[in-house]
Amino acid sequence: MFPQLACSTLRSRALRILALGERMESFTDERDFRRFSRRSLLKLMPVVLVGAFAIPRLRDSLLEKGLAFSDWASSKWFRAGHPAPTYPDSELAPLTQFPLNSYDVDDPEIDLGSWTLKVSGEVQRPGEYTLAQIQELPKVRQNTRHICVEGWDVIGRFGGARISEFLKLVGADRRARFLYFECADDYYESLDMATAMHPQSLLCYEMYDQPLTRGHGAPLRLSLPTKIGYKSAKYLTSLRVTNVLARKGYWEDQGYSSFYGL
Amino acid sequence: MRRGKPGAVIAFKAAKTGNLIRAAYEHPFAIRFCHWLNSVSLLILVASGLRIFMAFPSFGPKVPQKDFLHVPRLLTLGGWLGGALQWHFTFLWIYVATGIVYLGYHVLSGHYRQVLFTPRDLPGVWPMVRHYFFFGRKPRVTHPYNPLQKLAYTSATVLGVLSVLTGAVLYNPVQFSLLARLMGGFHWARVWHFAVMCGLVLFVVGHLIMVILHGWNNFVSMLTGWKKNPEYLP
Repeated sequence: MFPQLACSTLRSRALRILALGERMESFTDERDFRRFSRRSLLKLMPVVLVGAFAIPRLRDSLLEKGLAFSDWASSKWFRAGHPAPTYPDSELAPLTQFPLNSYDVDDPEIDLGSWTLKVSGEVQRPGEYTLAQIQELPKVRQNTRHICVEGWDVIGRFGGARISEFLKLVGADRRARFLYFECADDYYESLDMATAMHPQSLLCYEMYDQPLTRGHGAPLRLSLPTKIGYKSAKYLTSLRVTNVLARKGYWEDQGYSSFYGL
Repeated sequence: MRRGKPGAVIAFKAAKTGNLIRAAYEHPFAIRFCHWLNSVSLLILVASGLRIFMAFPSFGPKVPQKDFLHVPRLLTLGGWLGGALQWHFTFLWIYVATGIVYLGYHVLSGHYRQVLFTPRDLPGVWPMVRHYFFFGRKPRVTHPYNPLQKLAYTSATVLGVLSVLTGAVLYNPVQFSLLARLMGGFHWARVWHFAVMCGLVLFVVGHLIMVILHGWNNFVSMLTGWKKNPEYLP
């Protein structure tokens, strides 16, 4: 490791190895000690590269890559068949304590009578679908945990049709990568196909066995127990099945995770 | 030559004073490298974690919300929730990677014997506590790490592992649902994650105080690997 030590005659005379218990002790001189301590110190220099995060222009792109890596990793261990836990009725939070998180308005004033869901993109039967058509699909009721990116969580009761059933109804190409939703309040959201096909992913029209209230997204919202809360968009107005996303989602486009599976 | 091996001791004459100086190689490169990278990521994870916490500074329900604690902005990183999450989701990987290398190196090289706390170290803990906190006589130093140090570093490592496990549950409570159940569910995992963070912060504060008290030599040994004139050499 330090060949220059071995060739000096002065040092080779001084170079003795003493056994101190299990320790090996060898002699050198101060200059050499300084030299190889400095070398070990220099080997740590790559740690300084973290300083790149202090440079604003680099920081933004590095953090974006970090977030993208997290999304990628978490999409890898997402298991299509693995259910989110469900809970007994006794663990439900009362509807009055189910937080209302709207990004601008609590009621975008949808005319519920004439409401339809406009379906387009990679589907065989595009067009406008009424709430009655969605309600004809098998109904699923589940008590699942809704987790907000802020950190709070609440167990609620959701009822609706499986997104997978609806995709079958409209003849969606399941090889398409994304579902893209738009809402009456200008909110928009995207969903990967694997999560859309999950048996607990719902087009939700009931909470606590009652039709959705306006505040909770009437007449139709998403309920996605395997996704973070902001993915469960309210006041849906359109759905596009697509391979390309021009926009990822209201919060995602501001820097939040776009996959955010739970 | 075993100069680059942990436990190696080297002796030389100081040019100025003529004194014989001995130096022991305590921290191999892998450990030093992981130590510094891990400390930087821990700092960033704590600061960004506190900003994430401030988005909902409570452990109760959202409705009605009762705040538990307000963290001054100065101690947080990220500026807003989305920014803090980016820092957290980036540096957790560096934290986990350095943690794995650190643990892996310790186990595979056998270096862990220097620092792992075992039941045999138990009787030595109290004399060290008495010395540090109650002006007791200083026990004889025979090893690079005394029993109290071993206890501190071993607990910090356990806390490090727990910080990752509780964090994994917060991030993906559905995929890690078994782990979540062990922790009492998502809600409790958030409490544990916070508690583990507090434990790690306490450790770091104590660690820094000891480094300051015990001086330059100790600090340098985590940079170069070598500690000059350690007390434990016969």
